[in-house]
Parts: sequence; C-alpha cells; structure tokens
Amino acid sequence: MKTVIDFMGKRKLAAILSSVLVLSALFVIFLRGLNFGLDFTGGTIIEVGYHQPADLEQIRADLAKGGFGEAIVQYFGSSEEVLIRLAPHAGEGDKATLSNDILGILSHASDGKIEMRRVEFVGPQIGEELREDGGLAMIYALFGILIYVAFRFEYRFSFSAVIALVHDVVITVGFFALTQIEFDLTVLAAVLAVIGYSLNDTIVVFDRIRENFRRIRKGTAEEIMNISINQTLSRTLVTSLTTLLVLVALYFLGGEVIHSFAIALIVGVVVGTYSSIYVASNAALMMGVSKEDLIPDGRDEELDNIP
Amino acid sequence: MNRYPLWKYVLIVVTTLVGLLYALPNLFPEDPALQLTSSGHQVLTREDQQQIERLLKQKSLAYKSIELEDEKLLIRFLDPDTQLAAFSLVQEALGSRYIAALNLAPATPNWLRSLNAQPMNLGLDLRGGVHFLLEVDMQAAVAKAIERYQVDFRNTLRDAKIRYLGVRSHNNELSVKFRNAEDRDKGLAALEKEFRMDMVIESADEGDTPLIKAHLKETAINEIKRFALKQNITSLRKRVNELGVAEPIIQQQGMDRIVVQLPGVQDTARAKKILGATATLEFRMVDEQADPFAAQQSGRVPPGDRLYRERNGQPILLKRRVMLTGEYITDAASGIDSQNGGPAVFITLDGKGARLFSKATAENVKKLMAVVYIETKPDGRKVEEVINVARIQEQLSKRFQITGLDNTREARDLALLLRAGALAAPMQFVEERTVGPSLGKANIERGFTSVTIGFVLVMLFMAIYYKVFGLVADVALALNLVFIVALLSMLQATLTLPGIAGIVLTVGMAVDANVLIFERIREELKNGNSPQASITAGYDQAFSTILDANITTLIAALVLFTFGTGPIKGFAVTLSLGIISSMFTAIFVTRGIVNLIYGGKPRLQKLAI
Repeated sequence: MKTVIDFMGKRKLAAILSSVLVLSALFVIFLRGLNFGLDFTGGTIIEVGYHQPADLEQIRADLAKGGFGEAIVQYFGSSEEVLIRLAPHAGEGDKATLSNDILGILSHASDGKIEMRRVEFVGPQIGEELREDGGLAMIYALFGILIYVAFRFEYRFSFSAVIALVHDVVITVGFFALTQIEFDLTVLAAVLAVIGYSLNDTIVVFDRIRENFRRIRKGTAEEIMNISINQTLSRTLVTSLTTLLVLVALYFLGGEVIHSFAIALIVGVVVGTYSSIYVASNAALMMGVSKEDLIPDGRDEELDNIP
Repeated sequence: MNRYPLWKYVLIVVTTLVGLLYALPNLFPEDPALQLTSSGHQVLTREDQQQIERLLKQKSLAYKSIELEDEKLLIRFLDPDTQLAAFSLVQEALGSRYIAALNLAPATPNWLRSLNAQPMNLGLDLRGGVHFLLEVDMQAAVAKAIERYQVDFRNTLRDAKIRYLGVRSHNNELSVKFRNAEDRDKGLAALEKEFRMDMVIESADEGDTPLIKAHLKETAINEIKRFALKQNITSLRKRVNELGVAEPIIQQQGMDRIVVQLPGVQDTARAKKILGATATLEFRMVDEQADPFAAQQSGRVPPGDRLYRERNGQPILLKRRVMLTGEYITDAASGIDSQNGGPAVFITLDGKGARLFSKATAENVKKLMAVVYIETKPDGRKVEEVINVARIQEQLSKRFQITGLDNTREARDLALLLRAGALAAPMQFVEERTVGPSLGKANIERGFTSVTIGFVLVMLFMAIYYKVFGLVADVALALNLVFIVALLSMLQATLTLPGIAGIVLTVGMAVDANVLIFERIREELKNGNSPQASITAGYDQAFSTILDANITTLIAALVLFTFGTGPIKGFAVTLSLGIISSMFTAIFVTRGIVNLIYGGKPRLQKLAI
C-alpha cells in the first residue's frame, strides 16, 4: 500500500468529466448519427483487386455507362484494391444479380484483369432486423450482468457496474459517431466484448472493496474504496496494457476488415479502464454503499476458500 | 507446503497430451483433391474407381491416393495444377456420369483420424466461397395452396353431384356461389366433411346469392409454411449436389429463411441462377387449325387455346389442356441429339407419367406437339417459352428426348433443374457474401500474423514484468492456445476471421487471471509475509475475483452467441472457450508449475516476481 493516489478525492471532478463525455457522446450520436455499415443498412459492396494502381475516375465512368452512376467508388487499403458501394434499391426486383452485373462491367473494361475479392449483399429487411436485434442484445447483456452482480454483491454495486458499462458503451459508440468510422456487425460484437471486458475490470475492484469492507474496521467507505482501487491499480493497468498490446497488433496486422473492430475495442478498453477506476466505485458511493451492506454472511467465505 | 498431490500433475499432463493430440491435425497442410459423386441414381463402385485410375494413368496425371468412401470418390493430388488438369479431364471424358468438385482434403494421418482428431473447419472468409441467405416467399406458398383447394372444392362438389355456380378465390379466401339455399346447405355439409381439418367453412350469403366462404385455419397455414420450407431445403440440397460443391451447408434459419454456404464456389452468377430458378416443362398439343398470327393481331384467341411464343419470337397457339407436366419426370440427362447433333435432354418418366403420356401421344400420332419451358424468376415473373415443336412420329412412353435448346449449357442446366425438382415456393436472395480465394488466403495470413505478434508481445511483457512467474504464465498462455485450438477442432467448429479476433482477445485477457494472482502475491510479500505463504494467499485470494470476472464475461459471450449470426457466433464461441480454458491453465496449471519450482522449500527467501 505504498502508492496511494487519492482517486476518490477527485471523484467530483471525475463525475463532471464523465457526465460531460457521456452527454457530448449522446449529443454527437443524435446529431450526426452513426455511419452504419452494410450489415445494418442493406445494400451491396464489392471489393475488387487490380494488378496495377486502379483509376477510380475511369471505374466511375465505366459504371455510370453501365447504369450504376450512383455507385460509390473508393480505394480500400491500397491503390490496387477498390471498394464499390451501392445503396439498397427500393422496389427493384432481382437484386441478387447486381454484383454479377457490376463485376461483368469492370471485368469487361479491364480486359478481365481484375480479381473479385469480396461481394456482400444484404437485403434491407435483414439490416433492419439486425439493428433491432443488436439493440436487444445489448440490453439482454446488461440485464444478465445486473442480475449476476446483484446476486454476488449487492444491488447498489450492481447498478453502479451497469452505470459504468453504459458509460463505456455510450462513449465508444459516440466515438464512432464523431469519427464516422463505419459501424458494422463486427463493431457491435466489439462493443459487446467491451461490456464484458469493462465489467471484468469493475468486478475486480468491487471484489477488493468487499474484501476490505470486511477486513478493515477503521475508516470511511470512501477511504476504503480508495485503498481498494490503489491495491488493484497495477493489475488494472497491466491487464489493460496486455489487452491493448494484442489489439494494436490486430489493428495493424489484422487487415482492413478487422480495423473498426480493433478500434472499437481499443477505445472501449481505454474508457473501460478509466470507468472501473473512477466511475463504478464513484457511483456505488453516491448510492450510499456502506460497510454494513456487506457484512460477511458466510456464504461467500466458502467460495473464497477454494484454491 | 505448496505441493500438489500426484493426481493433479497426472491430470495436467494428461489434458496437455490430449490437447496437443487434437490440436495436431491443424498442422498438416491440405491436399488439393477431386471429389466425385454419381450424377444418376446408381452408386459409385470399385469399377468406377478402377476406370478413373486407368484414365489418370493414361494421361500420366500423378495422384497421391484414391479412396472410395460414403459413395464418394476422393482423389488427392500433390499440387493444384494436376488437380485442375484432372478436373477438366474427368469433366470431358466422364462428365455425364459424375459430378466433379474441387476440394481441399485435410491430410490428417490415419492414426489421428482413427482417434477422430480432425482439423478445424475454415469459414468462408478464410477459404473463399459464397454464403447466401434465401427467403422463402410464404405468401406465394399459401396462395399456391389456396389454388389447390380451389380445384379440390370443385372436385368434391362435382363428386357429390351438388350443383354450384363457381368457386372463386380472393385474398386467400375461397367463395362458392350456389343457385339456391338448398344446394348451399348440401355443399356446406360436403365441404365441411372433407376440409374441416384445415379450413373454416361457413355460409355467408350476400344479398340474395347463397354463398359459402372458406379460409385456412392458422394451424393449416403454419403447416403449409413449414412444408414449403422443408420442400425448398430438399430441392436446394439436390441442386447444390448437382452443382458439384464439396462440403456445402444448407440450413434453416428462422421461420422462413435458408442459409446456403458453398465453399470454393466462384461462379456466383450460375449458382444464383440454379438455386433460385424454378424451371419446369409442360407438354401441350399445337392447335393446327387456327392461325396464330391472326390471333396475335386481333387479340382473340380461339376457345380452349392459349397464345405462346416460340424462341424465335413467332406466335403459336397451343391447346389449353396440358398433356404432361414436369412433376412426372424422374430423371433427366443432357446429351447430344443423335440425328442433328444439337443439344438434347433425355427424359425418363415415372409409371403414372408414362401411362398418361403414352395414352396422350397414341391419340395424337402425326400431330404437332410443343414443349413449353416455364421459368419463375426470383422476383416472381413467369417466363413461358415454346422451346420445341415436333410431329409425334409414334407413341411415346417412359423415355424420350427433347431438343430445341440453344446450347449444351442450357441443356445441362435444364436437366439439372428437372432432376432436382421444383421449389414449393419461390425464393429471394436477401443476403450474399462472397469471398474470393485470394482474399481468403490473405485473411488467414493476417489472422495468423496478428495472433503470433500479439502473442509474442504479451509473452515478452509478462516475462519482463513478472520474471520467473511471468515465464510460468507464458507456459500457461501457450497451453491455453493449444486448448482453444483443440476444443475448436473437437467441436468441429468453424474458424472465421472474427473467431481469430476472439482468440487474440482471449490471449490478451487470459493473462488477466495470472496478473491478478501475481499482483496479489507481490502484495502479500510487501506486507511481510513469507514467500511460501504469499504464494498460497495469492492464489487463494485471487480465486473468487477471477471467477466473478470470468462469469460476467461469459454472460456477455453467451448473449453474443444467442443473438449473433454466423461470424459473430464464431467470435462468441472462441471467446467462451478461451475463458473456460484460461481458468484451467491460468490457475491450475500455473500453480502446478509454481509448486514444482518453489514448493517444498521452507527456507525460500525470495521470489522472482
């Protein structure tokens, strides 16, 4: 207990900072909205590989000639890879052959010297379902966690943990609204993983708070919480560091498709680390958690003794 | 103190060996292979195998092995070039008898295979291929059923000799008109007796007109939908088999959707055409008396006739009565017409169809018969074309041929669709994901490097930060990776790119348990406890924390699994497996190693942590 940083002393400041962050994230989300990916909006994307740097203007012209003037054409990763996007067409019948038509045009224009890398077509009804299911999944996950933590600790801890999670999710999603990085299915998975990760962090701190409430008879709840956060601080930082190490590796080496997934997790881990230090315990304290709420009742002792 | 009983070490060693054993098949490369199945109803035999062997030897195409298993012939080659050469050879020489598919066969040695140890399946994003999601048009299925009931109503009333004015269908509701109330009551009784199970039938007079209205019960509608889905899956399965795809996946998803995954398929245009198409044939007599051009111009078609178009655009009048429909076709094969050398489809009818057809053709010898090709496009448009008109030379029966197709490819596709049977209801593509082979390969490489680099970075960090204990954690981390791979292989789970991301993430998080324990040990040491006591306390105190933290992460993974589709499920599976196996390696195994190093040394002064 050498390094004692007065985390809880700055809790008012932290609360203000968090509130500002969450509110501005919400503001950005409502103002700019998310740049939903194909999975959610529906539409068609086609990734094509060329043998030499591709001429986007030429491709656009070729596509316009073929009746696809509204296609968005851009480089993907390198100048030899081209990504073509088409918004879903309302009321058009046979959409399934769209990708084949486009590939046909491009292949014809370049004497067949292209390579199909990837085609994704998602019908608009699928996208709509995913948006709903995704939101539901998030709520289910939070609910399941709420129940488990309430069962293992106490309801105020449970609510604080969920507040911290909502905080992390909102800021991470807000980041995506701010940067307009594409929000696709893998990002949603990453956000759910952030929930798991951040909770992991929070639980470790709570666990120590519970232990110290029982062990240290002197001191206020605030002091004990501060001690607990300090005790778990190096663990929190080391784990975040190792996780960030692999995420950075994933970001730089995992390829274009996994980029936004890695970004979501990197943001989420950083925010999650902050929230498990400043937000979760803070919220629990504000809700009036006291030593008496966690008097040993023998049930948990048994579990703790298993090696 | 800090000693494990022998059985714990035995457990660690045994699980490690089992893990290594089942992870092992993933290290063997895959052989380029050719998979042959019979295109007809006959089963492949040793003779087929010998014939193919002879053929390959003749062209001196070297193969690694050839084996006959589950009615499939699998030929392994040393390199993809020979594989491709053999593929075109078999297609040319024996194309009509076999369906050939290019495949990558795992080169797992026999002794591993006998233990049921197999490599993981690679997802489409890693090996290339196409994923389709098809939605069955359930409204069309119900409408079709109503049409059938309409015919049945008429037949029932006719059989019961009850006079009626007409049976009409509107908005999935049937209404029967009667001349008087007496007939209506009799009709109601007759129809109720027959259709009470599936329909709600009641009298609903409109003004003075005696009327019966009938609509399907909810249970009957659900039954129709279930049946349509099942029927479509069955014919999709047949069609996919006909396409020659190795290891396809065809699965129901939800109430009205079907997932089709075709690894290695690149020609998605053809795949879409074959999967979504509903092509069938009808045989009708030509009305030789009437003038089709006049009918086309005036728009007045003689009663009992219908106006069609031939392929060259000419109009033609055919009799309304159908002689034969495609349902009676049991087999169809494409080939060459012996007389004019054009493409032809050889058709075999079932017993009932043969009787019907021989009677109908006997009555019409020397008259013109037309073959109508009917195709329902995925958007519901119906295309009907007369592909062939020929004079009936003699009575036709079980086997005959039709000609008039544009090219051999068309003949082949038609034969395929006739063989595979019609779809119960049209389907629409609502999702497609195609990954080219080059991207698949790149994805594997990227996944592999990012796992390796991330892994090495974490290992280095742990070794530097926690010294000996860090190295112990590294051993556990490596073992964890082996276990994840072994578990995925045992479950025959499919590895996808998000799945790899799940593994990477697990690697980062798996060390968390060790970090918790080691930090705790450090704390205990700082508090002045002896090294041995610190080790014991560290592991004991950290346990419940680790348990709580991991269970909550598991909850999140479980939610991901239940809600997610394909790739997201893969991510959730690897994440969950990683969490579970990390509990074992990070706590149980590291403790075992730590005990081996430090246990039983009561005078231990310092720990390298």
